[in-house]
Amino acid sequence: MVDIKRINEGDYELLRVVGEVDASSSIELDSAINEAIGSGGKKFLADCSNLDYISSAGLGVFMSYIEEFKKRNITFVIYGLNEKVQNVFEILGLDQLLVIHSTKEEGQTALK
Amino acid sequence: MAGVSWLGTVFTALSILFSKTTGINQGVGDEVPPVLFSLFILSLFTFYKYRIEKAESINFVDLLWKVFVTGLIATIVSLLFQLVLNMLGNTKLAQNLIFLDFIYLSNLGLVAAFLISTFIVWKRLILYQKSRFLLTTWKIFEYSLLISLVFNALPIPTITYVKDIYAGLLVLMGMFLSANMKWVAYLNFKQKWKSILLIALAMFYLGYFSFTLLGAAEDISEQTVDFLDFRGNMFIVALIGFIFIYALFSLLVLLFNLPTSSVFEQKLEEVVNFQKLSQSIQTEQNEERVYEILLESSSNTVFADAAWIEVNDNPKEPVYYTQNINAEEIRQIKFHLEANNIKGILDQGSDKTKNLNRYLSTLKGSSYRSIIAFPIKVKGKQEATLALLKDVSDGFNKENSKIIGTFTNQAGISIENFRLLSEALQNERYLEELKIAKRVQSSLLPAELEDDKDFNIVAFSEAADEVGGDYYDSYRINEHKIALIISDVSGKGTSAAFHMSQMKGVFHSLSQHDMSPKAFLASANKALSNCLDKASFITTSYFVIDTKQKAVEFSRAGHCPTLFYKKSDDEVTYFQNKGLGLGILRNNGFENYIQINSFKYSPGDVIVLYTDGITEAKNGKGDEFGYERLQQVIKRMSQAPADEIQKELINELYAFTGTEAIDDDYTTLIVKFI
Repeated sequence: MVDIKRINEGDYELLRVVGEVDASSSIELDSAINEAIGSGGKKFLADCSNLDYISSAGLGVFMSYIEEFKKRNITFVIYGLNEKVQNVFEILGLDQLLVIHSTKEEGQTALK
Repeated sequence: MAGVSWLGTVFTALSILFSKTTGINQGVGDEVPPVLFSLFILSLFTFYKYRIEKAESINFVDLLWKVFVTGLIATIVSLLFQLVLNMLGNTKLAQNLIFLDFIYLSNLGLVAAFLISTFIVWKRLILYQKSRFLLTTWKIFEYSLLISLVFNALPIPTITYVKDIYAGLLVLMGMFLSANMKWVAYLNFKQKWKSILLIALAMFYLGYFSFTLLGAAEDISEQTVDFLDFRGNMFIVALIGFIFIYALFSLLVLLFNLPTSSVFEQKLEEVVNFQKLSQSIQTEQNEERVYEILLESSSNTVFADAAWIEVNDNPKEPVYYTQNINAEEIRQIKFHLEANNIKGILDQGSDKTKNLNRYLSTLKGSSYRSIIAFPIKVKGKQEATLALLKDVSDGFNKENSKIIGTFTNQAGISIENFRLLSEALQNERYLEELKIAKRVQSSLLPAELEDDKDFNIVAFSEAADEVGGDYYDSYRINEHKIALIISDVSGKGTSAAFHMSQMKGVFHSLSQHDMSPKAFLASANKALSNCLDKASFITTSYFVIDTKQKAVEFSRAGHCPTLFYKKSDDEVTYFQNKGLGLGILRNNGFENYIQINSFKYSPGDVIVLYTDGITEAKNGKGDEFGYERLQQVIKRMSQAPADEIQKELINELYAFTGTEAIDDDYTTLIVKFI
């Protein structure tokens, strides 16, 4: 189960991802990101400090937007991944394609 | 018994009369004839009770027919006596008191037989659909009547005055019981007419007998008082009274019920039709048949002149089931209703019995003047429309609407049941196909891996679902080069299984070209980029073992880091190299993210390839099996042959999770160099 909240924090939008993203809840993650970038914003910060687990299907969702971010000139920054989740991102190599930071401040800086 | 007591009665009664008139003492007491007569009645009673009450499957008209036949025989016999009497004219014999008494007694016997058989028939009629109360009342009545026989047998003077009260009670009870006419309702129109006729005839017999007996008794009583006078016999009188009252009530009730009998018949028809429709759930094979039965049942039930069912599976081409109406007429009626802007008839508004004769009366070329329509809903969705037509205006009432509403609901349920059944069959088929898919897929994994004098190799794979997304394989490129691969397709289930088979194709077509691991992954990425769907990727590790160089070259595309046991160091480590899953970057930049690694091997070294299903396997507390546990198992077993290492790893894994049910596919491939 995953719960995703979209919070407007001024010049960027914060996506707070809480819970676990598995094969079924990856659909929610996908629609949340899709809606967020569809609203026209160009700067997003994904708070994943409460993301406990992500399956390959969940990784697939992040992966599928890499091209889109580039095309639309969107900056999408992820921060707060726990060690395990960070490891999963790294093994797959997604850390090389997505902007991932450890703290919110670093993330905010990366957005500028 | 009846015959003997009857003869006894006749003989003693006559002998008493004879002795009285001639003054000779016969030695037979006055009380004997009444006792014998009571006995006669009792035996008749038992006889008819047995004959009529025990007959199981007799219908009401047959019962009445019995009454009629008994009456007819009694009348004919009685008339024969009358004929003999008339033929004798004024001869001496005709004046003879004893002869007259004999004829009288014979008539009395016939009447008693007729009365008692009728009484038993009436009993059956009254007790049709009996309640406990009714049954009790009847028993009291019947026993009271039989007790009255005692009065006749023993004419004790002290209780004579009680007779009147007793007779009054009997009359009251008889009246009360006569109000039970439930059987009348179960007769159809024709049967009612028959019953009226039979009852009227029975009443006629009754009148005739009473009249004849009364006349005869009067004649005899003018000459003597010492004969068996039925007028004083409470049983006979009460019986005549009761039979007459019930016959009269029945006649009246039958007459008054005649006009409404068609309604009752219609109700019965409705029930039968409804039953037919319900049964079609179990027996019929298809939806068409349900529609046909619905059409037939509903138009029969409300006596519709025409009917149709429109099935709107396909709005452009509705299917019609019709009765006494053709498509052209239906089109006309629909068009006409539409033109008059009538809502709620064919488009299912609230009031389905809306008065529509006003609109239909202006419809030319059709004789129909009322229409009523119902939706046939399956799972709350309207699937079809039933329309019924009559050639009179206001032809359908609320009752009709109610019963057809029930019919259509039932039909909807029938159809839903069919669909559920066929869905269940379909699911069964899918499961069967999934089993085939599993078989096909497991044949995609190699039955045997390339063995070599330099190393042993074993593999294990278990899918979480029917079909899995893990893949491993080996390929001998040449005499001293062997390619190994392990892959994990993102997601689970059938789509993962399809991608896995694509991976196999890619492996077997590319590995034979003796490419470097990096070139292999780059080409595989290019090939798969066009095959995988947007959010799917495949993680892979590709190895080339060169037995001439005693070296291994490998690259990792987002797959779990390979575990390596180096015997000389007695250390188990994970190779830390960069990589990116296949299908993540679908343009030319992919190879920039792939590293190429190599190492020299020596005997005793072990490499362990696996999928994340193993490291991410969870126990009941939610802890993962993890990299460290894997590392420890391999370290512990490092000196064992490859198959034993694998066996121990699998055992450890299942012991850790504590369940046979697995969340993600488990795959390992272990190579031990020798």
